[in-house]
Amino acid sequence: MVSDNKPILEVKGLKVGIEGTPILKGIDLMIPKGEIHAIMGRNGSGKTTTANVIMGHPAYEIEEGEMFLDGESLDDMEPWERSREGVFLSFQYPQSIPGLQVGNFLRKSVSSVRGEEAARGSEFREKLTSAMEELDIPKSFLSRYVNDGFSGGEKKRFEILQLMLLQPRLAVLDETDSGLDIDGIRTVSKGINSVVRGTENGALIITHYSRILEHVNPDRVHIMIGGKIVASGGPSLANLLEDNGYDWLEEQVEKGVDFE
Amino acid sequence: MSDDSEAREAVGDYKAGWHDPENATIRFDFGLSEKVVRDISELKQEPEWMTDIRVKAYRHFIERPMPTWGNTEELMEIDFDKVCYFLRSSDETGSSWDDVPDDIRNTFDRLGIPEAEQKWLSGVTAQYESETVYHSIREDLEKQGVIFLDMDSGLKEHEDIVKKYFGSVIPYSDNKFSALNTAVWSGGSFIYVPKGVHVEMPVQAYFRINAKNMGQFERTLIIADEGSSIHYVEGCTAPTYSTDSLHSAVVELLALPGAHIRYTTVQNWSNNVYNLVTKRGVAHENAKIEWVDGNIGSKLTMKYPAVILKGEGAHAEVISVAYAGNGQHQDAGAKVHHMASNTTSNILSKSISKDGGRGSYRGMAKIMPKAENCRLNIVCDALILDEESRQDTYPTMEVGNPTAHCEHEASVSKVGDEQLFYLMSRGHTEAEALGMIVNGFFEPFTRELPMEYAVELNKLMSLEMEGSIG
Repeated sequence: MVSDNKPILEVKGLKVGIEGTPILKGIDLMIPKGEIHAIMGRNGSGKTTTANVIMGHPAYEIEEGEMFLDGESLDDMEPWERSREGVFLSFQYPQSIPGLQVGNFLRKSVSSVRGEEAARGSEFREKLTSAMEELDIPKSFLSRYVNDGFSGGEKKRFEILQLMLLQPRLAVLDETDSGLDIDGIRTVSKGINSVVRGTENGALIITHYSRILEHVNPDRVHIMIGGKIVASGGPSLANLLEDNGYDWLEEQVEKGVDFE
Repeated sequence: MSDDSEAREAVGDYKAGWHDPENATIRFDFGLSEKVVRDISELKQEPEWMTDIRVKAYRHFIERPMPTWGNTEELMEIDFDKVCYFLRSSDETGSSWDDVPDDIRNTFDRLGIPEAEQKWLSGVTAQYESETVYHSIREDLEKQGVIFLDMDSGLKEHEDIVKKYFGSVIPYSDNKFSALNTAVWSGGSFIYVPKGVHVEMPVQAYFRINAKNMGQFERTLIIADEGSSIHYVEGCTAPTYSTDSLHSAVVELLALPGAHIRYTTVQNWSNNVYNLVTKRGVAHENAKIEWVDGNIGSKLTMKYPAVILKGEGAHAEVISVAYAGNGQHQDAGAKVHHMASNTTSNILSKSISKDGGRGSYRGMAKIMPKAENCRLNIVCDALILDEESRQDTYPTMEVGNPTAHCEHEASVSKVGDEQLFYLMSRGHTEAEALGMIVNGFFEPFTRELPMEYAVELNKLMSLEMEGSIG
């Protein structure tokens, strides 16, 4: 399956701050092709910062470290360049753009990211229709304005719709499960699996809870505390954390327990 | 520096900024006097009553002080002695594009007017400098009695109607610039739609200033008789010069009982044009007047399309957008006067400023004491794209009747970094992202435009956004 040994994402010694305050204090992360990884952590642990920095958010200052997409350095790329190279971020709080119609926006985005050909004609329409059906999104959605007046669940489904149409090589999903009911989580998980499983793509799921992980079944789970990944392990680590809580986990880390 | 290179240098992103060599057949000397006013009238072989109105208007113009509001600094810069008040470029008004002098025809070709005419318009007039050089109307409309002429021909061929309504909505004494226009008016459109006739496709007038230091003073009068309807669209462009031109139009609309007039403007004057225009309509019983007014160009625009709701059940709709870039001030807004009961009005104003541009909303809404159960709804939204730019709101509301239902909402916002980041993460450059936000902001206006205009406007705004970044 895997054609070469370069991981789809490699983060090395990443230290990041915002307005002088350090947030990420040395992150190392490697996602091989075809794998889904999860980062779990409490509020303020640096999860969203990690997601934003991978996408190239201009507000953050990279103090140290490097990021590679399939061996290619992301460091000097603008967000739109990263997007065109195949990085996708599903936002925790997607922004509304009043007056910009969903259908129009999707076509323009597919055109920007995958090229004009991909956004043209019946092929695009068919993909769009089938993705919308899969996500239970009604046709009328296309004429609404981007995220304007959307419910929490609608916003999240719309993020996954974009994920499915843009077909990124690396999908970063920031708390995509929050605001979704159990059916929503199932639907969204199906979308994520369809983009990654059996491909050379990869995904990074950022979440508080293990709920979504039951449906996507990550290859690896990383726990983030205070701007560092303190523990990594197989999917059972998520269950351990769910059963015992972050305080317990922190104690174990201090004791030097290895969760591998 | 030669004229050409000077113009090219100044054109920048403005697509309609080229100019043609000036081949005037008659050109008045710069400056304004009673003689100039009389000469214009004589040249046009007008009836005496029109000459009299012109002269009275001229005298009023001289006495009337400049407005003390709006951008008074800029207004004071206008040098009325350095304006050419009349310039004839073609001795005839062609009814076929083949009759229009080649250089002028090329201009309108480049602006896409003949093409648009074939595709989606009921009639077209094209004004170049002071006069209309081309005019046509679809035959079936003519057979139904629709009159669509340039104003000079309107006066010649339908003197009785013009005499009855000219200045009835906007008297010359209304303001300094309506006085100026009445004194030296030339060109513009004259439209009469007979009872019950619906003009399905829009008619369009296109106004082009080509010469330097030109003054364009078109005069438009539209009368929609009982139960009729018409959609009038106007566009305007001018070359970019380093000296200023003056555009001062007067537009009068009369919607008789049950009639519907929609008047759409996409103003894209170059940044050296003063655009000081008076537009007003009277809506009789159950009539409807809509101003769809877009101001993208000009140096200074002061324009407040107005509706007088004179008959019961009349309705006014004013949707306007303004874009003020570097060196521009758009002072725009709307006025509605509810004179009769059960009248309704909606005002929606959207304004963007960027690169030090200044946008102002100036509105006046009045409900007269005798007007019962009126509804008035005003929304004005402003979007500021950078720290150097400015937006102000000057709303005035006078509600003289307690049964009125009035709503007023205003917002000023900035483009958020998070909005930009969201769009950039979908493969759009910063300029593209900004273009999407700006076009989205204007969407409530754009969707009211004929499709061809909407596409043009979106392109224009995207170009404006590209100009600034990187």
